[in-house]
Amino acid sequence: MTIVEEREAPPAAPPPRRGNRIWALLRNSWRQLTSMRTALVLLFLLAVAAIPGSVFPQRAVNAEKVTQYYTAHPKLAPWLEKIGGFEVYASPWFASIYLLLFVSLIGCVVPRLIDHVRALRIAVPDAPKRFERLPQHSDEWTSGQEPAAAAAVIAQQLRKRRFRAKVREQADGSFTVSAEKGYLKETGNLLFHISMLAVLIGVGFGHWYGWHGNRILVGGADQGFCNSLTQYDDSSLGPRVTAADLPNFCLKLTDFDATFQSTGQPKTFAATVSVTQNGGAAETRKFTVNDPLRLDGASVHLLGHGYAPILRYTDRYGVAQTKVVPFLPVDAMQTSEGVAQFPDVNIDPKTGRRDTKLQMAFEGRYLPTVAKDGSATSAFPAENDPALYLTAYQGDLGLDVGTPRSVYSLDQGQIATGELKNITGARPHPLRVGETWTLDDGSKLEFLGTRPFATLSIRYDPTQSLALVGAVLGLSGLMLSLWGQRRRVWFRALPGTPASSGGTLLVAGGLPRTDYPGFPDEFASLVKTAEEGTS
Amino acid sequence: MAELSNQLLAAAVLAYLFAMICYAGEYAFGKRSHIGKAAARPARQLVGAGAPAPSSVAPSSVADDVVPDDIVPPPARRDRAELIGRIAVGLNVLALLLHLGALVTRGVAADRMPWGNMYEYILSTTFVASAVWAGVVLTRPKVRHLGLFATLALVVMLGAASLIAYTPVGPLVPALNSYWFIIHVSTVIIGSGIFLIGAVPAAMFLIRNGYDEGKRSFPYTLGKRVPEAALLERLTFRLHAFAFPLFTFGALIAGPIWAEASWGRYWGWDPKEVWAFISWIVYAGYLHARATPSVKRTVATWIALIGFVTMLMNLFGVNLFFEGLHSYANAG
Ligand code: HEM
Repeated sequence: MTIVEEREAPPAAPPPRRGNRIWALLRNSWRQLTSMRTALVLLFLLAVAAIPGSVFPQRAVNAEKVTQYYTAHPKLAPWLEKIGGFEVYASPWFASIYLLLFVSLIGCVVPRLIDHVRALRIAVPDAPKRFERLPQHSDEWTSGQEPAAAAAVIAQQLRKRRFRAKVREQADGSFTVSAEKGYLKETGNLLFHISMLAVLIGVGFGHWYGWHGNRILVGGADQGFCNSLTQYDDSSLGPRVTAADLPNFCLKLTDFDATFQSTGQPKTFAATVSVTQNGGAAETRKFTVNDPLRLDGASVHLLGHGYAPILRYTDRYGVAQTKVVPFLPVDAMQTSEGVAQFPDVNIDPKTGRRDTKLQMAFEGRYLPTVAKDGSATSAFPAENDPALYLTAYQGDLGLDVGTPRSVYSLDQGQIATGELKNITGARPHPLRVGETWTLDDGSKLEFLGTRPFATLSIRYDPTQSLALVGAVLGLSGLMLSLWGQRRRVWFRALPGTPASSGGTLLVAGGLPRTDYPGFPDEFASLVKTAEEGTS
Repeated sequence: MAELSNQLLAAAVLAYLFAMICYAGEYAFGKRSHIGKAAARPARQLVGAGAPAPSSVAPSSVADDVVPDDIVPPPARRDRAELIGRIAVGLNVLALLLHLGALVTRGVAADRMPWGNMYEYILSTTFVASAVWAGVVLTRPKVRHLGLFATLALVVMLGAASLIAYTPVGPLVPALNSYWFIIHVSTVIIGSGIFLIGAVPAAMFLIRNGYDEGKRSFPYTLGKRVPEAALLERLTFRLHAFAFPLFTFGALIAGPIWAEASWGRYWGWDPKEVWAFISWIVYAGYLHARATPSVKRTVATWIALIGFVTMLMNLFGVNLFFEGLHSYANAG
């Protein structure tokens, strides 16, 4: 490990002059902020601050869980809301910690970068007076060569081993060779820290300029989806994105293929879609759970799938309407729940007026494989023995009020007030594919079959590659930094005594600048090569 | 096959237990075995040559003086201790092989890599921890006295895995079926395994250091016979410095790449992701602290131990306490 000189306060601060106080305060705070200790404290704070986000439900991860939390802890939840407990990673206090950390990082890295560039450009420092004080030093040996020649040979050898070496002539006629290796360690360390900045920028810009939306896409040409905000079930745009920025494409689900293990565990999902981009020709593309559909300016991820029953309702006046309604899976066996709503039915042809008291809805479950034991859940996720279990409701569906509501369940408020009534009793009515259910008022519901649907997440993140490049560079820097070793060696070549005898007396010393257990071996090998080269 | 895997694991736990008992036997018998003494010398040299960094670690020569050579066992006893120690290492290696067998048969039974759920994940991680420990003890016999604590940690974690997390063999959910998943999980497992075993020298360093400073209450008394503090501290750093880039790659690069392909976002603060992030930050803090001269080595090592706690949280806690996309443990 490198010994890091901390940038403490200067040894002798000049006597304070008036007007300089603020400047001194600023400078001292800056020094504090960019010290290793502060970095350590901030790192620790960041770790601690991240914990609540795993304890409390996070809106960005699962908004529904937050709602449930509100119901379960009505007193606590508003408080948590105030301090950002449901949006920890977007909260000001979390941001202030990592922003401080990154300011500290810049303040720390820039001077080190300058120092390092300087160190790379100046020569390796000259040998110390006495080698015995160094962690490694050799015995003396003699050589027949002149000091200058011996030093040159050794310097050459060292350069071959990728040391930076410098030969100096001393006043007493001796020569020294100074050599250092392992600059990559510091380079790597700086690269790592700078890359962290790149990652932060990548993540931040992705948040500002990215967008995403979710959409259930039912199979069939009549159920296509085009990329506009209104067509999403839910969506979220970054602060710098407007609805007009969304790229232009349309998708139609033409096929969905799911295979399952005999236990019911899913094996593979694959969706086949017909895509048109920017008004071009339609092309057929297939994508799977781990292999998203990459489009111009967006990628489409397959998150899940399910079944959408096709229902035809023929009202008391004989007018028929057909709906394809996705039922959402509630368990791993694809037991699915949903509701088919028919607001525009039972319109008296004489008056042409819609009677809200006669709106219809069918709510219930779809089981792709009915369990042998007659339980209310599916026994297998594929459609081996499908059946629909429905309850009919009549009355005001509450759709005209204008408040946005889930299309997957009935308005419980309307049921509570009696505006919407269960008209077929507590036991849901079973329906197999092709069967017709005739209600008391003579209207009919037919179960025509199902279509598959795919749950899609559509996203765009312009800077995720920047974050990736930053992370990969950072990792390379980290490895250089952690696994590299920095060390110096010196050789001294003294003219033989008496000087007239010719020849040279040589000695070597070595200093590992990092915690490097292999250094004694390397040093011994360097000395051995030097002995051989100068003999 | 699945049944065989369970039996092999039971055998492995037993073998670890026996190894632990033998390590304990050696520990109790010999004050310092031959190799302990013989190895202490080159070790001292190493320490002398090592870090010029100032540290709170007493130089080993001082430590040697401080440790009272209270009982110098007679040669016969010493030899017996030596023998028991060797048996312990043998048993340890046997346990490692059984552990490997349990993993392989599990993989064969499921027809995929044996890390599809929490139980298998813990099995793999502890295997890496055990293999790294075996590598350390085989190349540096002088750390053999740590064996008692290393095997103890392994037995406890394997026991916990079987009791809390056991899951019957099952296939992967489709999201887990990708080669990025294999890269992600294997590197996280290797990194975590090394971190886990790194906690053993870390804890023993703190204990030994306390003992050297004259503390004589439990648990410092355990420090009497473990290798010298500087050696333990260095080993701790080595293991962590090796594991950190691996974990960085596995959890913060390969993981997000896979998550992007499969869930559409590379990072979503799912509880498992949160805790991987926390572990990473804490270990970065450890490396930082160790590089900061004004922070004592003991303080730095405490940070490494906090890192260990966060790893345990990630191994056991997150799957048990929180619900997220990663909680495939309960999918079966
Ligand atoms: C984003 C937050 C940071 C992270 C994740 C981080 C992480 C790391 C890691 C993992 C190391 C170990 C690599 C090595 O030993 O070479 C390291 C080393 C280092 N960090 Fe940071 N760091 C952060 C911020 C900072 C800040 C703010 C400073 C300055 C005050 C700083 C100064 C250093 C120094 C000087 C080293 C070198 C230690 C050595 O020579 O071994 N770091 N950092």
